[in-house]
Amino acid sequence: MNPGVMTFNVLCLAVPFSVAILLAALGENFNQRAGVFNLGCDGIMCMGAFVGFMLPYFLKAGPMAPYGNLLGLAGALGVGAALGLLFALVTVTFGASQGIAGIGLQMLGWGLSGTLFRHFVGGVTGVEGILAMPIPWLSRIPFLGGVFFNHNPMAYVAFLLVPASWFLLYKTPWGLKVRAVGTHPRAADTMGINVVRTRYQALMLGGAMAGLAGAYLSLAQAKMFSDDLVAGRGFIAVALVYFGRWSPLGILGGALLFSIAQSFQLSMQVWGIKFPYEFAVMLPYVLVIVVLALARKARQLGPTDLGKPYNREMRF
Amino acid sequence: MNKQRIIFGGAVILAVSLVAALVVALVLFSIGASPLETYKTILMGPLSDVFGVTEVLVRAVPLLLVGLGIAISFRSGILNIGAEGQIQMGVLASTAVALALPGLPKGILLPLVLLAGALGGALWGGIAGWLRARLQVNEILSTVMLNYIAVQVHTFFLRGPMLDPNELETGSGTPQSMRLPEAAIMDYIVPGTRLHTGLILALVAALLVYVLLWKTTLGYRMRAAGAGAKAARYAGIPVERYLVIAMLLAGGFAGLAGAVEVTGVHHRAIEGISSGYGFAGIVVALFGMLHPGGIIPSSIFFGILLIGADMTQRSAGVPANMVLVLQGVIILAIVSAQSFLRNSYAQARLFRWWSGFKPKKGAQP
Repeated sequence: MNPGVMTFNVLCLAVPFSVAILLAALGENFNQRAGVFNLGCDGIMCMGAFVGFMLPYFLKAGPMAPYGNLLGLAGALGVGAALGLLFALVTVTFGASQGIAGIGLQMLGWGLSGTLFRHFVGGVTGVEGILAMPIPWLSRIPFLGGVFFNHNPMAYVAFLLVPASWFLLYKTPWGLKVRAVGTHPRAADTMGINVVRTRYQALMLGGAMAGLAGAYLSLAQAKMFSDDLVAGRGFIAVALVYFGRWSPLGILGGALLFSIAQSFQLSMQVWGIKFPYEFAVMLPYVLVIVVLALARKARQLGPTDLGKPYNREMRF
Repeated sequence: MNKQRIIFGGAVILAVSLVAALVVALVLFSIGASPLETYKTILMGPLSDVFGVTEVLVRAVPLLLVGLGIAISFRSGILNIGAEGQIQMGVLASTAVALALPGLPKGILLPLVLLAGALGGALWGGIAGWLRARLQVNEILSTVMLNYIAVQVHTFFLRGPMLDPNELETGSGTPQSMRLPEAAIMDYIVPGTRLHTGLILALVAALLVYVLLWKTTLGYRMRAAGAGAKAARYAGIPVERYLVIAMLLAGGFAGLAGAVEVTGVHHRAIEGISSGYGFAGIVVALFGMLHPGGIIPSSIFFGILLIGADMTQRSAGVPANMVLVLQGVIILAIVSAQSFLRNSYAQARLFRWWSGFKPKKGAQP
């Protein structure tokens, strides 16, 4: 096989891989920009994937069948926002330790999706899901057309959300509020910004996006659901936010880099290169640790009050 | 002061248990199971005969060991989520040593095997500690990633270099190691059950952790580093060094738990041997208020829950994943209750919201 075709194959595979972690990381970016470190992202993705799968699965035979996928996506957004609200209650209102609470939310989402799935469905079943939609004209451009314009509609949405969330963060009053409460909540409070409300809003938006990311996995990528469908992608998304230095464009770069590593690992197996399977699978996770170690200088660019609960009445 | 703390702890645990029981009852109700019946099976089922009680203790041993390690790390201000991976590294290291030195007498081999397990886990935990201390890598993320990596390393060894030759020749190719030599296997306490001497080891470990954390300089410094890194650094405590030590110890206890599972229960390394003990250990430690005196009963309680959940899966068809939901809710409730009961501002605000009194527009979310 010539190198051009190999690169093409790796890149074509990488773009769909990047969608779920990109969506979740863009959402997590809103959380962290508002000063809340949401490790429960992974659990929210599990629930999003479950709800996104369940609704079309149950509506398959009924009169609502044509709207199954849309309702699934709406349900995933809703359940994500609801779990974001729960996390906001725990970390913002009660001021609980965010790291531990995040692990709790992850277990809750993971366990709940598994329990409900086993009860209501049981075995492995597929749904039709959301089908790929090559963009007319553009998809016929040599090389680039195949890499970028021959994917699932949700992939296009995810990529459009990169500039959208940049605009939201940097060009709107709400984005300024979010960045303010994450950087200096007391100053923001003094200026009349409602810190608690802004953090709630950011967490719900982030949760909804994580839910959507989960629904992408079950509806568009795998077209099925299982306990280990999400497989730690939520944690990878959190790491991507660090790597991307809290900017949507940086996150896009990180997501693409990470997915290229993943698709390269899969392609190696297809090409028949002798390499222990287990080590190939662990490659992306090793990459995350390396990336986090290299990104330590970037910490100063991040929201300075990340992880600290804000207490209005606390004295200095 | 101490009495006050115990009352505080009791109030937290009570509130948390109530909330968790209610939330899980809701989930049980929604999947068509009777919450009361399920709770009865989970809590009473395992304790109905001697065998059940010993099985609960068999589950409590790894939970206790892992919980002790996690308590050390949490008290030192480093959140170890990686016990799951550290257990698997302990399993690999202890199995490798036991299989490599089959001729040694029991008095030497068994301690050596346990030590190897602890070292394996400590090494795996130490990586995350070092990354945090030297490169400021968030320990939660790194330990989670190390968990995924450990699963692959574990599978690689069990399918490759450590695979039982008999499995290749005559067996079904199940990924598992050879059976350990007799000298590396723990004795049973109660004949006819699986309760092994690892229980005594775990109880001694609990005592040692208490002494370490509250009666030694090392423990004092670790707790100081966890309570306030800035103040501790100002007092001349090299916080980073104690973070690494805490992670080494936490990993060591998780690795020891893995070694105990191998030498006491399975007598060989198998796939899925950690079976969620790493995550359950976090809940055990938090539910025990990060104190050995609380972690012992808490590990027994979660041992009951694990056995009980298996029983309800068989008898009532309630999926055993339910335990994960319960654990998640308990964690969320426990951290909320702890900070809420310390935070008078939040209490006042919740009270205002509850009584419907609104001082001014926009004062609450």
